[in-house]
Amino acid sequence: MKVAIASGKGGTGKTTISTNLSAYLAEKRSVVLADLDVEEPNAKLFLDIELAKSEIKYKMIPEWNENCSLCGLCQEVCNFNAVIKLNTQIMVLPELCHSCYACSELCPENSLKMIPQKIGIMNIYKSDGLDFIESKMDIGQEQAVPLITKTKDYIKNNFDNKVLAIFDSPPGTSCPVIEVIKDCDLILLVTEPTPFGLHDLKLAIETAKQLHKPCAVIINRAEQGNLLINKFCAAENIDIIAEIPNDRQIATLYSGGQLLYNELPEVKKQLQNIEDYIDLFNYGGSYA
Amino acid sequence: MKIIFTSKGKDWDSKIDPRFGRTEFILTYDTEKDLLENYDNSSVAEEAHGAGPRTAKIIYDLTPDVLITGNGPGNNAISVLNELKMEIYTGAENLSIKEALEAYKKGTLNKFNN
Repeated sequence: MKVAIASGKGGTGKTTISTNLSAYLAEKRSVVLADLDVEEPNAKLFLDIELAKSEIKYKMIPEWNENCSLCGLCQEVCNFNAVIKLNTQIMVLPELCHSCYACSELCPENSLKMIPQKIGIMNIYKSDGLDFIESKMDIGQEQAVPLITKTKDYIKNNFDNKVLAIFDSPPGTSCPVIEVIKDCDLILLVTEPTPFGLHDLKLAIETAKQLHKPCAVIINRAEQGNLLINKFCAAENIDIIAEIPNDRQIATLYSGGQLLYNELPEVKKQLQNIEDYIDLFNYGGSYA
Repeated sequence: MKIIFTSKGKDWDSKIDPRFGRTEFILTYDTEKDLLENYDNSSVAEEAHGAGPRTAKIIYDLTPDVLITGNGPGNNAISVLNELKMEIYTGAENLSIKEALEAYKKGTLNKFNN
């Protein structure tokens, strides 16, 4: 089963939830956590875990050779303006290329051969019960999606579907987030009870709905008496499955790169609520 | 000499479009013929990706000597524009086309070093 931890708004606590939930569940079952916020992965900061291996990741881009009639078909078929026909050459802009192969396959002279370009690195960590995968995009790369896809492929090929996979998503609702959540079974949206948190939660819920993905909400920095998110979710019939309190001790532990649940019983209780929900969801029960 | 402007309209009183890739119009002024021509670039709004190099390619085919714009082109567009022997001036974003031409003549625009 694959569960995405996503948000809409940045800084709501996706990584806090992802790391604590994964470590907590890994005490009882096999879990693989993937930090798919490849533009700025940070889950490793909270995990005491050994590096097992690293893999360099590539995307395929066309490379022009001069055996070319400059017919311009490549520029015509490129949907991303990544191939530009100039007077004496074809210019390839690798940052814009989506590796669709159209220019390469359709070139009558075979002048655009696809070659690998390094886009980042994937690190694989292991400890008892928990596997942790983290991918980091190279500086200067503009597209996160190809690296996210390759990281998901690794998980698909190396872990049984019975292993619970938790995907720590990037913030927002753009292409990288879609790539993370599109083949997840369940999306858990972390938000905070502020107008900004609610605004972006609405966008995230709309995104999940468009993809026909079930979602539930986790409120972080919950405050007694602040029902901003609760009221919205009740009206929209969306489950709130955990509420992490707004607690200075959490901030202190987080700042020191520590996990929370061993120190704070309330956090452990909320993680248990999330586990119960995931299990009920997985076994087709209903949540009361 | 051919001078290109990124523009929000078709004539001398139009404002400079501060955006390079997504400029609404590309105006070409031929100083010898004293002729101002316009290219409607508004379909660039439909491009999700690569607006910069797309506009750069259109400018490349016009073979200008000077480009006057607002914010300046990004790196992908620059890769294409570097294939031209063309000077680029930025900082004209609050000016009309007429004013931008005057500013260019007076040398008060910023030369873009790529």
